[in-house]
Amino acid sequence: MHRFLDISRLHKTFPTPKGPLTVVKDFNLTLRKGEFIALIGHSGCGKSTVLSMIAGLADITRGGIILAGKEIVGAGPDRGVVFQSPCLLPWLTAFDNVMLGVDQVYYTASRLERRQIAEYYLTLVGLGEAMHKRASELSQGMRQRAGIARAFALSPKMLLLDEPFGMLDNLTKMELQDVLLDLWQRDQKTALMVTHDVDEALYLADRVVMMTDGPEATVGDIFEVKFPRPRNRKALLEDPAYYQAREYLIHFLNERSHHRPGQPTQPAHAA
Amino acid sequence: MTALLKTCDALGFTWFIPFIRLARRENPNEQFRQILVNLGVPLLAVLLFLGAWSWVARNVEVSFGAIPGPVAVWQEAGNLWKDHVAERDKEKAFYVRQAERKAAHVTKTPDKPWVERTYAGKPTFIDQIFTSLKTVFAGFLVASLIAVPVGILCGLSNVINIACTPFIQIFKPVSPLAWLPIVMILVSALYNPTDPWFEKSFISSALTVALCSLWPTLINTSLGVAQIDNDYLNVARVLRLGWWKKITKIVLPSALPLIFTGLRLSLGVGWMVLIAAEMLAQNPGLGKFVWDMFQNGSSQTLAQIMVAVFTIGFVGFALDRAMMSLQRAVSFDANSIR
Repeated sequence: MHRFLDISRLHKTFPTPKGPLTVVKDFNLTLRKGEFIALIGHSGCGKSTVLSMIAGLADITRGGIILAGKEIVGAGPDRGVVFQSPCLLPWLTAFDNVMLGVDQVYYTASRLERRQIAEYYLTLVGLGEAMHKRASELSQGMRQRAGIARAFALSPKMLLLDEPFGMLDNLTKMELQDVLLDLWQRDQKTALMVTHDVDEALYLADRVVMMTDGPEATVGDIFEVKFPRPRNRKALLEDPAYYQAREYLIHFLNERSHHRPGQPTQPAHAA
Repeated sequence: MTALLKTCDALGFTWFIPFIRLARRENPNEQFRQILVNLGVPLLAVLLFLGAWSWVARNVEVSFGAIPGPVAVWQEAGNLWKDHVAERDKEKAFYVRQAERKAAHVTKTPDKPWVERTYAGKPTFIDQIFTSLKTVFAGFLVASLIAVPVGILCGLSNVINIACTPFIQIFKPVSPLAWLPIVMILVSALYNPTDPWFEKSFISSALTVALCSLWPTLINTSLGVAQIDNDYLNVARVLRLGWWKKITKIVLPSALPLIFTGLRLSLGVGWMVLIAAEMLAQNPGLGKFVWDMFQNGSSQTLAQIMVAVFTIGFVGFALDRAMMSLQRAVSFDANSIR
């Protein structure tokens, strides 16, 4: 499917005391099935707003989003969201947090089957031992593992990740990037991840979508990441093409992100 | 040992903790210092208070005679306990006698029905304490059953909150003494069952307690619900949780710490209100006890009232501690989670 997710002419306008403020203007993007897209841009440029609209957590002012042939209306478990803060309910265990979603989605399955689904994903993310601890007793990294397990356990059509590793230290972040990649390859999910970390974007994504600064933010450029999969962090760091790609993205963020492109999208660049 | 420490902490017996640590030989000097501060200072303050009280008692005369000092009040507390025990003995004796008479009646005139009588002695001070406790809990229960659901609705919906605000603002400061006559009139008009489960006086006291004590719970519940992290509500939206599941799985647990703060305040208010209501309405309980003693005007009056004052204080303190322990038990550490 070539247009698994189709975002066309997306606008987001917020009312302010000084009149309406258009944060996102004419945002167009299509995702292939199974593709991993990283959305980068400066803080506050509106990348999270785009993700919230896809998730159905924010209203769309103008334009439309079509997922697997259906227009998106409101939030739903067909889009697994991993939030920046893991958003686990602290009074439940990691297992119960995942079960809360599993019970909703697999309401026809038996109790045993539902437990097995939750246990399977919690074990995959490395919480096999700690799944019956309360979320408030888990470390930040473990909570985000549970957040990832919850998103995957719902068997969503696609994954939406809003700077999921933004609050973690570097070591934990790298571990979790591998956990995420592993699950993504296993389940073949289409994924859209908002990040401001250039290295993260290059390590995980098939394409990096660069957003111009807000207000009136839009797609400034798209970078095709052609490193072979499965990716190896060490090999990547030894590849001169990696540094060229990195340079390209950083140059965009430093210089080119400040103005809207002449035409809606520019031709893609090869690595 | 660690479990004991945790229990002490949960129950609010923090002053006892240094003793346990001392028993474990943990840094004795620090523990002695802690004991001195946590126990020595309050003890000294109490001694100073008792001294000042004795001095006033010896130097001030009122119409009933001398003001009783601490010793007199302590003896009076003993007397009240003895009265209670004596009254219980009399009651037991009454029922023994009645059983004997019944046996005699049944053997002599088996065709005539036997009428059982209940003991009609006056309630003792201890009975009054329990009556008061029963009433305050009944009122508190009614208040909670109203305040928690309404508070949740107010917290969830801005419109309902705005609609409720004028009532909360206006009725919250109303004194129990103003509610009481209305409640009594309404209760005697509306509550007239042939075989009543509860006394009218009990119902009007409990309802007055409820009317005055529901506000802190209502306000705190609505605040707790309104303050729920938007991320948690987003989880509910992504999972498409139904209304009931959203309330029970997300709204209630996350508002629970503040709900319990409200309940704790409410119970405190309820206990204060109850004493005033009982005194004014002549409903059985500690308030009536105080009023009756005042009307007696005997030489023990002041001592008995002072015993009642301390009892009211200690019961209120115990209720607050119990609620505090409950509050700690249900609170998750909200700050550690984000």
